[in-house]
Amino acid sequence: MSEPVTMMAAPMHLDFLFTPGVAQSKFLHGLEQGKFIGQRCPKCHKVYVPSRGSCPTDGVPCDEQVELGNRGTVTTYCVVNVPFAGQSIEIPYICGQILLDGANLSFMGLIQEIPTADIRMGLRVEAVWVDEADWGPTLASVKYFRPTGEPDAEFDTYKEYL
Amino acid sequence: MADEEVHYSADHVLEYPYVRSVGPVIGAFLTGLRDGKVVGIKGTGGKVIVPPTEYDPETGEETTDIVDVGPEGTVTSWSWVPKPLRKHPLQTPFAWVLVKFDGADTSFLHVLPAADPSAVSTGMRVRPEFIAEADRVGHVNDIRHFVAVGGAV
Repeated sequence: MSEPVTMMAAPMHLDFLFTPGVAQSKFLHGLEQGKFIGQRCPKCHKVYVPSRGSCPTDGVPCDEQVELGNRGTVTTYCVVNVPFAGQSIEIPYICGQILLDGANLSFMGLIQEIPTADIRMGLRVEAVWVDEADWGPTLASVKYFRPTGEPDAEFDTYKEYL
Repeated sequence: MADEEVHYSADHVLEYPYVRSVGPVIGAFLTGLRDGKVVGIKGTGGKVIVPPTEYDPETGEETTDIVDVGPEGTVTSWSWVPKPLRKHPLQTPFAWVLVKFDGADTSFLHVLPAADPSAVSTGMRVRPEFIAEADRVGHVNDIRHFVAVGGAV
């Protein structure tokens, strides 16, 4: 007679078709061409990257496309030390919120080429892209961000984006 | 950038490998399935609930008295599935059946494969067919499906 059953595997599995829509498709198409494409709100003039197609503050469509550069600022970050199922990056690694120059919305990116002890808010970084042949409509086109060596950004320049 | 409209879509999968603890009552039920039998629990007034619940559904009183039921039972209701979906437990036509095991007062949901819905009826006598003992883990799928008692379906 074996031991009583105390645990049960109850995996959750959802298959779905993701359709990013017009605005996000522009962002993804930009990534396919090695560019960051955002959208500007006609009212508050904030630039969203990636954009969802409308301004969350003003509720109006963002129809002006803006191409942003490769550089930005780390607004905040997390050093990942905990292994988990499906992890594809060697720990410890840094996951940062990147505010591209000229953007008013940060997004998450992997930060490399810096010891985890040296990561800090305000660090200036630039995108390192994968080989052009591998560019696709995905953030995986960006290999990671790395320090540019510029002086750190002043806190006031990114304090609104934490 | 050229003024081109590009629309994307992609297949995504979201998956969590959860394992949950089952507690003493559901645990007894799953242990029973692993060992090739079905158990229920006595509720207030002696009603036998299958699958067992930790509390009596009518009075809310705690239940503790595990009892064996079946293995045979009676179909109390059913629904025909002519074209199974990918996630259904069977990939050939089947009926979802509610089975009231002998000795039970509630019904248990499982599947009954059949060539044709005319082979399924309320009141028909059925029994569970378990998968091989070595493959049983303490899960409702330890019962492969139900079969008609004493006759091919």
